[in-house]
Amino acid sequence: MSRLVPLFAFLLLVALFGFGIWWNTGHDQREVPSPLIGKPAPAYALPHLDDPSRTLAKADMLGKPYLLNVFASWCVACGDEHPVLMAAGRSLGIPLVGYDYKDDPADAKAWLAQHGNPYDLVIADREGRTAIDFGVYGAPESFLIDARGVIRYKRIGPFTPEVIEKELKPRIAALRKEAP
Amino acid sequence: MTPELGQLALVLALLLALAQGVLPILGAWRGNRALMALARPAAAGQAVFVGTAFMLLVWAFLQFDFSVRYVADNSNLALPWYYRIAAVWGAHEGSMLLWVAILDVWTVALIALSRSLPEPFLARVVGVLGLIAAGFLAFILFTSNPFERLLPMPADGGDLNPVLQDPGMTFHPPVIYMGYVGFSVAFAFAIAGLLGGELEQAWVRWSRPWTNVAWGFLSAGIVAGSWWAYAELGWGGWWFWDPVENASFMPWLVGAALVHAQAVTEKRGSLRAWTILLSIFAFSLSLLGTFLVRSGVLTSVHAFASDPRRGLFILCFLAVVVGGSLLLYALRAPKVAGGKPFGAVSRESAVLVGNLMLAVAAAMVLLGTLFPLVGDALDLGKVSVGPPYFGFLFTLLMLPVVVLLPFGPFLRWGGAGDTGLLRSVLLRVAVAAVAGAVVAAFLVGGQPKAIAGTAGAAWVGVGTLLYVYKRWREMPRGRRYPAEMAGMLLAHFGVGVFLVGVLLSESLSVTRDVRMAPGDEQAIGAYRFRFDGVHATRGPNWHAEQGTVTVLKDGRTVAVMHPQKRTYLRGQVQTESAIDPGVTRDLYVALGEPMDAGNLEGAWALRLYEKPFVRWIWAGGLLMMLGGFASAADRRFRARRTAGAPQPQAAPAAAVARESRA
Amino acid sequence: MHAPFRLLACVLLLAAGLAAAQAIDPLPFRDRAEEVRFQNLTRQLRCLVCQNENLADSNADLARDLRHEVFGLMRQGKSDGEIKQYLVDRYSRFVLYDPPLDRGTVLLWFGPALILLAGGAVVWLTIRRRSRAAPAAATAPTDNGDDW
Repeated sequence: MSRLVPLFAFLLLVALFGFGIWWNTGHDQREVPSPLIGKPAPAYALPHLDDPSRTLAKADMLGKPYLLNVFASWCVACGDEHPVLMAAGRSLGIPLVGYDYKDDPADAKAWLAQHGNPYDLVIADREGRTAIDFGVYGAPESFLIDARGVIRYKRIGPFTPEVIEKELKPRIAALRKEAP
Repeated sequence: MTPELGQLALVLALLLALAQGVLPILGAWRGNRALMALARPAAAGQAVFVGTAFMLLVWAFLQFDFSVRYVADNSNLALPWYYRIAAVWGAHEGSMLLWVAILDVWTVALIALSRSLPEPFLARVVGVLGLIAAGFLAFILFTSNPFERLLPMPADGGDLNPVLQDPGMTFHPPVIYMGYVGFSVAFAFAIAGLLGGELEQAWVRWSRPWTNVAWGFLSAGIVAGSWWAYAELGWGGWWFWDPVENASFMPWLVGAALVHAQAVTEKRGSLRAWTILLSIFAFSLSLLGTFLVRSGVLTSVHAFASDPRRGLFILCFLAVVVGGSLLLYALRAPKVAGGKPFGAVSRESAVLVGNLMLAVAAAMVLLGTLFPLVGDALDLGKVSVGPPYFGFLFTLLMLPVVVLLPFGPFLRWGGAGDTGLLRSVLLRVAVAAVAGAVVAAFLVGGQPKAIAGTAGAAWVGVGTLLYVYKRWREMPRGRRYPAEMAGMLLAHFGVGVFLVGVLLSESLSVTRDVRMAPGDEQAIGAYRFRFDGVHATRGPNWHAEQGTVTVLKDGRTVAVMHPQKRTYLRGQVQTESAIDPGVTRDLYVALGEPMDAGNLEGAWALRLYEKPFVRWIWAGGLLMMLGGFASAADRRFRARRTAGAPQPQAAPAAAVARESRA
Repeated sequence: MHAPFRLLACVLLLAAGLAAAQAIDPLPFRDRAEEVRFQNLTRQLRCLVCQNENLADSNADLARDLRHEVFGLMRQGKSDGEIKQYLVDRYSRFVLYDPPLDRGTVLLWFGPALILLAGGAVVWLTIRRRSRAAPAAATAPTDNGDDW
């Protein structure tokens, strides 16, 4: 009877691997879930991209939910995401704030001019210091922040139309019901 | 034309492999001599076609045939010819072809050197090898064809990954595959034994040299990979417990257990079922390693392109081969404990305990490597398993092995040993360990790892030397050190050397990141590193900034080192560190960035290392490899025997008398 | 860059235009002790971009930023534990190489011990059973004529 133990242990292993292959097709294995979901967004104060003398602070955005999208002109995947945001940005019904991450402002402005600007406003984090507080580890990343300034959802990687429909819009709708 | 020929060769090879796999086993089952006799020619034919395909791929690379997608992806017009050959196995498809080619090397060696094996047994062994080859050839043809065309043909190709453009990397895969794949022979022997019901010890004796050589190659392959990572990845690390490293380490651990278990089974007839199971495990872990690297199931720096379809194919193959063999084991493994009995204080018990620790260590590495996957499956969040887990538990598990190591040769088979002798050995190794610890403490000032390393190495080293001395004193010349025993002594001594290397280099290494302008000096230990500026240089397919660092000790120049920052044709940047090797230390310099990107004549960031005794790590591994090879060379494995006849006893009475005197 | 591209980038140490050996990062340490502490600390932290490298060895931009962050926190007088917690708060436990001991990882930490106990029991029973069997007659110690 004990002779069957290795076989059973191995079959468990096969099941685990089968799961792994299946799981991989739907998930990005390298994705690191954020510990900030459900926690207040870090207090930030960053200059506007087009007018560095003006600053946007977290407090300025309280009172309504918004989507903070981390992007950069050097980021290839952001280029993939861009048309999706251009198309869907208006239909979200909430402000779309661009967060220019570790980028040269001139490059960023040129990139937006060339590809179009889906954002209601854009702030710039040249050094990436504030991004560390957000737990950003690459671009693009997006944070759905509610009216009280709490992070409710984080998207790691580019948005696709499917993700926007299935994951983002339902959550926005739920937020709207919370705080009319 | 040649790629199509290559493809045709692979198809023919697959057909022959299927014939080789199915017909001889059928023949052995039915007692049909004609079918059994097909084993050798089918295997030889399959090897010829695989070899042809391999040569055609090499040819395609040498001829810059960019109409072949694999060649276009992995080479370009400026790539030197030796790296173009290495590029054959530099990526997934080609490495799979290498895998099968090496399987054929082992198969051909087996059929050439096994004239004395009984026909049905050999038929089954060759048949199993044929089935494995067929599986891999099918995998290649259906999912990973290296001969796929790329049309229209590009004018120039991509590049071989620069980290692979290094001598270490060119021979690391073939050597490590010789090990990995070599365990298929032990596996085939075990399966043949289960199939045919030949569970006497004789098949273990036939299996031993093959297993020892495979394990030796695997040791060398792991050493090569570790040394390459040290030299090429830039930061002086030599082992990262990366999933792919673990994938090669697990078969090594199980293989180490296997070579010991086989010795027991051959000499005393006991542990037969365990030896069979270990043979299955060792090869299963090799196949598992292949799966892990190519399925994308785990992230790794080393991983080949991940493709769920390929992953699924290999998983099914794994399930059939390993599942089938474990089922066979459950049904046919010997149920009654055979062989000679042994007591608690006996060599068998020591081997058993050692086997236990090695097997648990392999299981632990498997658990840690796969745990992120378990975490995903059970939704535990993203779990991080790294060196703190592996290193800690591995050390804990190996401690009993290191402690027992000197006593193995002094213990008797069956027990009832000379406790006086054992006590005197214990006393001597303990004294040596304490002396080592004291010396180390004195020299390095209280570093616990360094002290432990010296003590452990003294324990093992002196224990091994004590046995060498015993044999030298007691046996006449020419009979002192049979090859098998010499192999054991070499490998065990290698463990001691390895301990010194690991523990001393880990605890005594010094690293500094510094900014240096030309003319600046930096001290590390007794050495002064002087930065003498940077100038431009070129190679066949790269250009570089090359720094000059002069190392002085007591005012004399000890080394002039040239770290480089290379830029390859396709823009990839690679840091080529400069290493000054030494027996008692390595000096290591890596060039970073210029402090001011516009001014290359100014100050640069540099990383300087002194790594004491780091070469002893690989020296220890190579000693283990030599041990494996030496053991396999033992005369009794090579002498011709009539089929199935056990070895004649060589002067048993005199041997017993000698043992009791010792 | 969240794409399979990222893995390749890590291996190839980033394409032209971006500094490739940024892991070499001289910082103004006060003394050797501070430098060693920094090295030990950054070796225990994972780079999230090149996920199989630690912060000390990774060339990624983020790794450099985080190294400087760690350095800053050290200068502020934070302890190793506080620094690790700071990073865990932002990047989750995954940033630590050492898996914690909690409900989820019990299997990981105690699994090997369980296997060892089970195997140890088997070895024990085997030795007991073997030593009870009648001892071998005084023939050669091994079946193939070894004299050792």
